[in-house]
This record gives sequence, structure tokens and C-alpha cells, in this order.
Amino acid sequence: MDVVMPQMGESIAEGTIVKWLKKPGDTVEKDEPLFEISTDKVDAEIPSPSSGTLQEILVPEGNTVEVNTVVARIAAAGAAKSAAETKPAPSAAKPAAETKPSPAPPPSGPEPAKPSVPSPTAPKAPPPPAPKSPPPPSPTPGVRADREPAVTQATGVATLEERVRTKSSPLVRRMAAEHDADITQIHGTGIHGRVTKQDFEHHLETIEAATSAAPVAEPQPAARPTPPRAAPAAAPAAAPAAARTFAPAPGDRVEPMTVMRLKIAEHMIESRRTSAHVQTFWEVDVAHLERLRKEHGEQFLQRNGVKLTYTAFIAKATCDALKAVPVMNSSLSGTEIVYHGAIHLGIAVALDWGLIVPVIKHAGDMNISGLARSITDLAGRARSKRLSPDEVTGGTFTITNPGVYGGLFGCPIINQPQVGILGVGAVEKRPVVIEDAIAIRPMSYLSLSFDHRVIDGAMAERYMGELKKSLLAINESAL
Amino acid sequence: MAVRTYIEAIHDGLLEEMRSDPSVFIIGEDVGTYGGAFRATAGLLEEFGEERVVDTPISESGIVGLSIGAAMNGMRPVAEMQFIDFLSSAFNQVVNMAAKARYRWNAGVPMVIRGPCGGGVHGGPFHSQNIESHYLSTPGLKIVEPATAYDAKGLLKAAIRDPDPVLYFEHKYLYRRIKEDLPEEDYIVPIGQAMRRREGSDIAVITFGACVHYALEAAEQLAKEGISLDVLDLRTLLPLDKEAIRESVQRTNKVILYHEAQRTGGIGAELAAIVSEECFEWLDGPPVRVAAPDTPVPYSPPLEAAFLPGPAALVSAARRLHRY
Repeated sequence: MDVVMPQMGESIAEGTIVKWLKKPGDTVEKDEPLFEISTDKVDAEIPSPSSGTLQEILVPEGNTVEVNTVVARIAAAGAAKSAAETKPAPSAAKPAAETKPSPAPPPSGPEPAKPSVPSPTAPKAPPPPAPKSPPPPSPTPGVRADREPAVTQATGVATLEERVRTKSSPLVRRMAAEHDADITQIHGTGIHGRVTKQDFEHHLETIEAATSAAPVAEPQPAARPTPPRAAPAAAPAAAPAAARTFAPAPGDRVEPMTVMRLKIAEHMIESRRTSAHVQTFWEVDVAHLERLRKEHGEQFLQRNGVKLTYTAFIAKATCDALKAVPVMNSSLSGTEIVYHGAIHLGIAVALDWGLIVPVIKHAGDMNISGLARSITDLAGRARSKRLSPDEVTGGTFTITNPGVYGGLFGCPIINQPQVGILGVGAVEKRPVVIEDAIAIRPMSYLSLSFDHRVIDGAMAERYMGELKKSLLAINESAL
Repeated sequence: MAVRTYIEAIHDGLLEEMRSDPSVFIIGEDVGTYGGAFRATAGLLEEFGEERVVDTPISESGIVGLSIGAAMNGMRPVAEMQFIDFLSSAFNQVVNMAAKARYRWNAGVPMVIRGPCGGGVHGGPFHSQNIESHYLSTPGLKIVEPATAYDAKGLLKAAIRDPDPVLYFEHKYLYRRIKEDLPEEDYIVPIGQAMRRREGSDIAVITFGACVHYALEAAEQLAKEGISLDVLDLRTLLPLDKEAIRESVQRTNKVILYHEAQRTGGIGAELAAIVSEECFEWLDGPPVRVAAPDTPVPYSPPLEAAFLPGPAALVSAARRLHRY
């Protein structure tokens, strides 16, 4: 039985094998975790598709392959047994011969075991494209899809060749042939990462600029005409976020960026380049929330099985405010503002190895206990790498929580293609003036980063006003 | 120079050809005494008499059959369909008799069949159709559809002078909406030559008839968004001006085939096939059709408005294709 790189979401074309959890020769049960992968969207443990013996690993750790590439083979339980215990079964002679020897060490060298397995895809070398319209938002439930299917495209891409074909066009392929260029090395800005004519022309300009420029002391990743194809896949060198290289000093430790680190870098730079970020800061007295937690926390825990957290209150108030100011729950698509039909709330979760933003789907339909359960569940599974790709996509607004570590407020970067992100500061006691008296109250700063292309200051302030009002209105009856 | 509407240009074309060539005559329902349902033949009976402006009973097959016979005998009939939809009643005469005569006996049938096509005037399912695709696969026919008053006159005169049968479709939405200064002197617009109506660099829109005007409107709007449409008016639908089509596509690398008739089996399908076969390596995106849905033309005004692929449909398709 072939084990393939799973399709983790419609727009995902490839995945990196981070770790094999079994060695060749090990027996595996169906659904038992077999390997860990990292993709654009999510890190996940992939369960074994069937029970049996892991015969061979075709793609070593650290390599990136196309979706649907065969990464390993499993001999069915019965077949493996007969092969191991009796003479090789005639029909399974070849696999049996390979299983019989004691478990081979996991292939570590760069030697794909099967010709059809594409060599590790070299990193894309995406020079930052000239500022143009942002990529269209990924389809989100509740958003009206394009009416005509003319420009949709097939999914389930199998081989590298097919992928390259779907990601360019006849024109671009002809231009690439004329210029002896490799389309896979060009950053595509078209739908689903397609390399468009403009991308190719930009690529040519970049090469020209690079070749005509005066000798540069250090190679500029963005201007490198054709990055070496065999560059290690686990460390794509030239993400848009990749910095200039420099020689480390003696005593420095050099580590390649992980896939997740690279993706975060890429997304953050992309967002800063896309949105016109503006921040506003509000302060809220959360004494009543502290009291609710103190007085009802225990009961809430018993009834719902999860703790009553400050984040759940914020999530509830956020949903209320988004309903009151729907443009905060929108996305910019080309020159159209897409008002999302539902609120899918992203919650940033810090991990030891990075950051992920699981999404509470239909958060707008939930009460505080529903939100609290979803947050606990998603955060827990984020930390144990058990999120499904659907659970990290499709968000329409995001909450992040610098206050967990004591930060008073943050200036978060918008999670594209959303138009706003809320930062929740630490709760700390501060002297505040209440009706000419100074009182000691638990206070928290709320910061909003919004995209000024869509949201003007007045609208952002109105949104924050609604958020504060809704937060202050939370009482026992909401629990 | 005189300012003439699209329908007046048709009238003028008929008038001038009848004056210059005594073999030209008009035949159809209400073309004489009444002057034509849309007044295309108004005043012609008075000038040329009943022998050259012939009112007939309601029998399209009879009108076309008679015209074919007359044409074979040296006349140049111009048959009017009160609505081009009714040409279906004469389908056999057109595709088997008129179109094939040249191939069977080298007999020329210098006949023009003209009539109003198209929607947008609340005509309902029998009085709004665009029927070019019914005839596209019939060798021996020529099909033209003007978008401007200049072309309306020039193409009509070229059609009347053509030695073989020509179907001449007039978009009734344009009849009185289009007005142009027309030259006084005699001119024709040659059959088989497309005309670029707007030069653009991002997407070629290949179209004809009323859609030319919708395309120009859409182009104006998209220009503000930085999307540059190239608008090619085919003018002749059979035979197609492939050279102009190739030129547009190879320059813009993306193409929209835009017509008012239904999508399935429409001329857009033929154009997309030509583009795919002959310009494949110049395409930076799929050939995209913008056309009407596969239903009859609705009578209800709001439904008709939703049915017709107007500028908004073209704008949204162009935006998507531009992103592609």
C-alpha cells in the first residue's frame, strides 16, 4: 500500500516531512501516527492509512514533496506476515525481498528511492513583486463565490510536472523556453500561485538588473537569477522575508529556519506590504470580569469542563462588536470589499516552536461557554499538532494576546486577508480616576490594528467603542 | 455628412442600392405599404413601386424560396424578416437551397436576408433572439452584424453586391440609440474584416453587435482600475477575420469571447476553439466566454435584464481573468 503526502487543504501543493515516527520494518496500526509534516498552513501528524509493516521510506526527513507523492510503502498485515514467516509469496516477491532484511537505516542521504518521486523542490526565489493588488482571499464559507466557473481550476495535482503546468500558462511556458528559465523558480502572483506573464517579465527584469549591476560583495537572494536546484528543501533560502546573508562570527550558532518560521516570516512581510496598518488603543476596566471569574469560575469549570478565561470574554465581545460594525469582518479582494457572512474568529496560539492561529468557525453564533470550549480545544490541539488544515484557514478576524506574557499592549500585524486584529494587553491593577476619586482597578489595554485601505479611523474607533461597551455589559446572565 | 441613426443607415443603404441597381428589390411582410415594422423600408414603395417593394403573406419559407428563385434568375433580392427569430421557418430554404446552390451547380444566389435580432427591448422569447449559431456551421453562407451606423450601411451595401447569400443581422437595441455622421458618398464595408474599436493591452474582448457598446462601456470602467481592454468588433461572423483575432490575442495574451446569444454552442465556443488551436502558446489564461445563460430570452423586464450579459458581467469576468 502506498502512503502519500496528503492534500492538506485545497491550496496546498506540497508538504515537508519533518519526522518519521516509524522505521522501516516497524509494524503500524491503521490510524496510528506515521509521520509528521509541515505545510504552508499547518503542522500535522499523519496517521497510517492501513495496518501492516512499514516497508520502505521513500522520502527522508526534511524533504519537501508534492501532494500525492508516494512517501512510503506499507505491506498489508497479512501479506507482510506471510512474507516474513514463510517463503516469499510469489505475487509479492519484490516487496518481500526488501522487507526481509533487518530494518534498513532510514535513508538519510538525498537519494529518492523511486524515479517518479520528484527531487526536493528547490526553494522558490520570489523577488518581491511590484506592489499590486493583494492575492485574493481564500474562499471562506459564507462568502459568495464567483458566479462563473470559467477561471476556477482543477485540484488534486499529482506530479511536479503537472503542478508546474497548472501554475503557469502556455504563454509563460513558451517565454520560459525562449529564455531558458525555470518556471518553478519564479514567484507566482496569479490565482493559486500561478506564474503570470507579469511575473515572468518581472523575473526577466530582475535578472537583467542583477547582471548589469556592479559587482556586489554579497549575493542578494532576491536578485539571484537561478538558485541552485538542489538546495536543501527544508531550508528554502530565499523567501520574501529572507534577509541578506552575512558571515557568522566565531562562536555564533547557525540554524536553518524551520518551515513554520519561514512561512511566518513570509506572511508577516506580505501583510506589512499589503495593508495600511494603523493602530488605536483603548483601556477597559475589567473588575467585573475578574469578579465573574472569581465567583463563577468553579461552577463554570464543572459545567463546561473548561476554565472561564478572560480570552472567552474578549472573544464574545469581539463577536458582538463585529456584528455591530460588519466592515471590520471583511476582506479586500482586488477592488471589492467582501463582507463575510459569518464570523470565523482566529485566536493566535504561541507554540514552543512558533505560532499558529486556529480559527473558531461560526464564533458569532456561540455564547461564552461555547467560545471557551472552542478556545481550549483548539489551543490544546495546536500544541499537540492535531489541528486539521480546515481549522487554521478561513478566519475573518483575529485576536492575539500579548498580555499573557505581561505586555501592556501590542501593535499586531494583520492576518491577511483580514482587515483587523485585536491585541489584548495584560490585566494589571492601576490607579484610575472614578468620579473624582482615585480607585485601584484591574485594567487592560486593548489595541486594534486595522487596514486603513478599508477602515477609516472613525470606523475603527466606533468598533472599539462597541467592543468596550459589549465587554462591560458581560454579566452572570451571559455565562 | 448627415447624422443618421442605425436604422436610418439601413434605410439609406437599401435606397442607394435600389437606385443604382435595378435588379435589387425588397420582399417581406409589411415592407411596402406599412414601411416595415421598424420603418427600415419607409418611403421605398412610393419611389420604386410594388414590383420592387413586395408585400407578402406571413410565410417566411415562401419569402426566402421566392428570393432564391429570383436570385438564380439574375435579381438581387433583399428579404426582410420582421424579426430574425422567424428565419427558422425558412431554415431548409436557407441551409439546403441557398447555401448549397454554389456548390451543387455553381449557381450564385446573390440574396440578402436581413432582420432585427437581439434583446434589451422587452421582446420576449420569440422577438429577441440572436440566431447566428444556428447558421455558423453552414458553408456557403455569409453572416454579418453591424455595431455602428457606418457599418450598418456599408455592410448592407456590400451584402447586396455579394454574389452569394448573406444573412444580415441588425441589433434592434441599436436601431435608434446609435447616431453617427455618415459620408454622403458611396462606400462599402468589406465582408470578412473585423475592426478594432479600442486598443488595450491586458485582455482582448472579441465581440460584435450591441455587445461592442457594452464592451466599450466596461472598458471605460475597467480602465479606472488599471485593467486595459482591447475591443475587437468582428462585424462579419462568417467567415471570421482570424488574422485580427490572432493579432488581438497575441498582443494581450488573454481573451474574452463576448456575445449576447446563449453560451452553449454559441459563436464564443467557436472563437475559443480558434484561439486555443491557433494562439495556444500566446495564452496567459483560459479563453473565457461571457454570454447569456442557456434559457430562452425571458419576457419579464427584470429577468431579461438578468439574462442579458451586459457591461457588469463583462467587468466581473475581466477582473477575474486579469487576476488569473
